[in-house]
Amino acid sequence: MTEISTAQPIDAASAPSSGQRIRAGTKVYMYVSLVIVAAIVVVPLISTALGGFKTLGELRGNPFGLPTEWQWSNYTDIIVSKRYWLQMSNSLIIALLTVFLTLTFGAMAAFCFAHIRFFGADYLVNYFLIGLMFPAATAILPLYIRIRDLGLIDTYWGVVLPQVAFGMGMSIMLFRNYFRNLPTELFDAAFVDGCGYMRFFWHITLPLSRPIIATVGIISFVGSWNSYIVPLIMLNSESRYPWPLGIMIYRGEFSTEWQLVLAFITLTILPTIIAFFLAQKHIIAGLTAGAVKS
Amino acid sequence: MSANAVPSGNTLAVSRRRKRSLANSKWPVLILFLPPALLLFTVLVILPMGEAAWYSFYNWNGYGSPTQWVGWRNYQLIFRNSAFTQALINNGLIVLASLCVQVPLALWLATMISSRIKGALFFRLIFFLPYVLADVAAGMIWRFVYDGDFGLVAGISQMLGVQAPFWLADRDAAMYAILGVVVWKYFGFHMMLFIAGLQAIDKSVLEAADIDGATGFQKFRLVTLPLLGSTVRLSVFFAVVGSLQLFDMIMPLTGGGPSNSTQTMVTFLYNFGVTRMQVGFGSAVGVVLFVICVTLAFSYKRVFMRND
Repeated sequence: MTEISTAQPIDAASAPSSGQRIRAGTKVYMYVSLVIVAAIVVVPLISTALGGFKTLGELRGNPFGLPTEWQWSNYTDIIVSKRYWLQMSNSLIIALLTVFLTLTFGAMAAFCFAHIRFFGADYLVNYFLIGLMFPAATAILPLYIRIRDLGLIDTYWGVVLPQVAFGMGMSIMLFRNYFRNLPTELFDAAFVDGCGYMRFFWHITLPLSRPIIATVGIISFVGSWNSYIVPLIMLNSESRYPWPLGIMIYRGEFSTEWQLVLAFITLTILPTIIAFFLAQKHIIAGLTAGAVKS
Repeated sequence: MSANAVPSGNTLAVSRRRKRSLANSKWPVLILFLPPALLLFTVLVILPMGEAAWYSFYNWNGYGSPTQWVGWRNYQLIFRNSAFTQALINNGLIVLASLCVQVPLALWLATMISSRIKGALFFRLIFFLPYVLADVAAGMIWRFVYDGDFGLVAGISQMLGVQAPFWLADRDAAMYAILGVVVWKYFGFHMMLFIAGLQAIDKSVLEAADIDGATGFQKFRLVTLPLLGSTVRLSVFFAVVGSLQLFDMIMPLTGGGPSNSTQTMVTFLYNFGVTRMQVGFGSAVGVVLFVICVTLAFSYKRVFMRND
């Protein structure tokens, strides 16, 4: 695996690649192109949100425009329903547990690989790298049997632990590269002062590692929040379903009523969209830099 | 490993006693810090993969222990299955779409966004948005878009006064409809790769080209593009890896149908192995997928990315 240093913030506006002056004609052509592509991205999303305000009959005749009569009840019925909040909290609990364990276990192991010389360290790093090469789906049936034998089917842990395990390679790689690039003077100074590894980890490494904690945290949060196949296999009870499974069930139940499905989709992706606009800089940098690691 | 892992002898201030205490403090850390990750990873990633190889030689429904040894029969059944062949072709189509549509599109948008125009940040934000949405949500949204009765395709057909097509129900069109969703969802991510690639290009090279009187297009074709080679390879690599994992998006769109025309490797594994609890057969599919993933990862890195 190649090692590319982590988390380079990507900032398009501050660094134009070339061309000091852009001709007016080119500019018009650029804006027209960008607006068309943006429309292709945004129109399905907006139509989905607006569709949730329509009646089924209106959806048939007018899928694009504003609703003639806003059917607020499509949305309010879902918002007051228990299932929506249950699914959201299921997703949140699973995601938070996944993030916490991915960060803790990953940072701890990576610290050993970055700072301590011990027999077999390099082999062990490569061992974890195997996990980056194949998706969880390849071993999903034996994984199901293992989780079943552990008695964790239909529990949050049955989803969280496989997700953490498959995130370990990414987490260790990113943490290790980051830890190794911390200034080495820190070690010399700390060790001269008689500071042990444990205190060094807590008081020096971790406080300096906020950017990489954010990167790994964002990657594992987004991955868990959006995950589908692992919960699909491991959970049976609808009361424990995270929202991606919930959408599928909802669509199965209301397959003849698109307007309700659209309202439901809109409400389930709303947290993602809000979070994205609030923390866009961190999310874009985190997801892009994180992906480039392997 | 870092050369600075152990303070070197030139730090004279380090007394022998302190050195010893440092060496002693290393074992508790190793014993405390390594096992959680190691245990979890071994039990839930490595062992299941090994077990998949073992189960793949059995006919087993997952209860009791596997006893009915069938040798290579599961593998023979996979390669004789026309749905699996279709899944292989579809995975190839996704990579092809990435090469022919996604990479050029992403590169084109990246060059525009990297040039000094107003609103670049806004467009970048919009283009990246589909990437953060869940595949399941994107699939469901596009199921609505493609719906011939209530969706956007129905609306457009109405405006044009033509009969609305039902692409997702048409076995010749469904896969191409899905390719559209794949590009819609992922082009923003690939665009970000190219934006990062463009930033890494040394500005003085382009200035030199300016001085030599190169036109914008010449600069792009002769300077920028060759320097972006590693980004193109990275982008295609992600498309290959992503195509091998594609599952979440297919399920709400078609579930692999109609008549298996939109299966991918993972939907095939799910539809034929998991839902029927054919643990042996499903494990064999997993092993095939594993071999493909690892072979591609290694050979791609060897052949195309060795200089990157």
